[in-house]
Amino acid sequence: MRFIAMVKADERSEAGEMPTEAELAAMGAYNEELVKAGVMLAGEGLHPSSRGSRVVHTAEKTTVLDGPFTETKELIAGFWLLQAKSYEEALEWLKRAPRPETGEFVIELRPVFEAEDFGEAFTPELQEQEARIRAQAEQNA
Amino acid sequence: MASGARGPLATHGVYVVAAVTGTCSNRGVPRPDPPLTTHRAIEAVWRIEAARLIAGLGRLVRDIGQAEELAQDALVAALEQWPASGVPDNPGAWLMAVAKRRAIDQIRRRERFERKQEEIGRDLETSRDPSEDDFDAVLDSVEGNISDDMLRLVFTACHPVLSTEARVALTLRVLGGLTTTEIARAFLVPESTVSQRIVRAKKTLAKAGVQFEAPVGDELAARLPSVLEVVYLVFNEGYSATAGDDWMRPALCEDALRLGRILAELVPGESEAHGLVALMEIQASRSRARTGPGGAPILLLEQDRARWDQLLIHRGLTALDRAMALCGPPDRPAPGPYALQAAIAACHARARTPEQTDWVRISELYRLLAYAVPSPVVELNRAVAVSMAFGPAAGLELVDQLASAPELTSYHLLPSVRGDLLVKLGRRDEARTEFERAAALTGNERERALLTERATACTEVSAGVTAIRADSGGNDRSG
Repeated sequence: MRFIAMVKADERSEAGEMPTEAELAAMGAYNEELVKAGVMLAGEGLHPSSRGSRVVHTAEKTTVLDGPFTETKELIAGFWLLQAKSYEEALEWLKRAPRPETGEFVIELRPVFEAEDFGEAFTPELQEQEARIRAQAEQNA
Repeated sequence: MASGARGPLATHGVYVVAAVTGTCSNRGVPRPDPPLTTHRAIEAVWRIEAARLIAGLGRLVRDIGQAEELAQDALVAALEQWPASGVPDNPGAWLMAVAKRRAIDQIRRRERFERKQEEIGRDLETSRDPSEDDFDAVLDSVEGNISDDMLRLVFTACHPVLSTEARVALTLRVLGGLTTTEIARAFLVPESTVSQRIVRAKKTLAKAGVQFEAPVGDELAARLPSVLEVVYLVFNEGYSATAGDDWMRPALCEDALRLGRILAELVPGESEAHGLVALMEIQASRSRARTGPGGAPILLLEQDRARWDQLLIHRGLTALDRAMALCGPPDRPAPGPYALQAAIAACHARARTPEQTDWVRISELYRLLAYAVPSPVVELNRAVAVSMAFGPAAGLELVDQLASAPELTSYHLLPSVRGDLLVKLGRRDEARTEFERAAALTGNERERALLTERATACTEVSAGVTAIRADSGGNDRSG
């Protein structure tokens, strides 16, 4: 099963401040632990929202809003994609992430949808339709 | 375990952030901490810590069986205490402390027994009890070198004195952190069978006087295949699972991938370890595309490539690069069987459409693979690749050279491939005979049906061709 662990932004990350050397070292060691345990599939850090945009679609129009965005605590500063046997296991891994020198370090854990999650409602016909949509998306890409 | 894990969406609401230290107080939903949830948290801790715990204990007691039992004792203690006390801040250290105390007790008991047996009359004052401090000293002296312990654990669990089945069971237990129940469910055997295998494996290791050690240098390279084989076997067991199977079976693919990734980091200089990871990542990337809605298998060239997992492909190609960078003449070994198979899988993964497949390169890779591991089955695969690269006649030539191989006389894929090539060459009557032979040889019902269908199609198509010719002749006359 896959999980995404989203690192929440804070004032420092939104200000574009780089982590301290000690923080970088601790994070590096943690990442290495995840890789050595075979659970980390991917992981990246993100630039502050001042370098990002939002594309807003409505029935009538498409609007592009440029960052920065103000609701700092709802923003994402990075992510890990983890593969674990259970939700609890992914959670245990996140509990081992390094603590910050000051302030808060908030990570949000969410399971990634898998076909099985749809259960009975996800009939073969719907699965086929999903496959067609994916194929279409792939072609458009 | 974690039967609720199948549908995280449905059960997500009851999951508990068990005793997360400090920060989870005033946001989100405050959650209770029922014992069931603590059990799940303990299982999760076990999955993360089991291998390191057993590896560390193995170094102390020099015996994998005893180390595993001590770790299990610590797990039992956690199951007794954590539901009331909560999961400790550093669960790994907690488990290790409990296991260590038990190890010391055991050694003390044994020493007392031995003293009574052999040294009656000796002044007890002169012999020193081992203390917890001694163990801490041993542990601390090599702290941070958990990798060495893990390596010892891997090579002991996969020791050549053990049967393949025993190696698989022991590896999943001590390295994968799987319970006996989980292993039994995944391999479709009774739980008692798995327990017996593990008990016997521990006895065999003890009887053979196998030390808790990892080989070094050339010997490591020589024994690595017995480890890789175990990991790939677990992967294939999961990969061969079908749609209706218990989800524990397909989950074996993830267990194998995880073991492979751990192994590759333990022996980063071994090309084949990366080769195996590459092969498994790329094969796993197709798992969503390889069965149809009814569970029927879909052949590689007919799969919807949009459903291939691009992340796993990327990971597989990266691992393959690492494997290949570690081999090549003059001073390095030639690519091994796993790296070569991964390279073949990578050719398919890189092709956006079946038509873009680099069959010339695949034929060459099969030639190298046949050289590395001489096998008529590999040769047969090579023949198929050659036919795709250079036409059915070239492929048929190779297949015909294989017809005399004694290993293939009852192998249904030989006539099946031959039939396929004959169809492409328009020799349908011969093709029909081959498909019929293949159908008689296969043990798989679904495959037999498919082969019989193809045999019949040969007759129908040749009959059809005749009919069309007769028809068109008539049209010609009338037109």
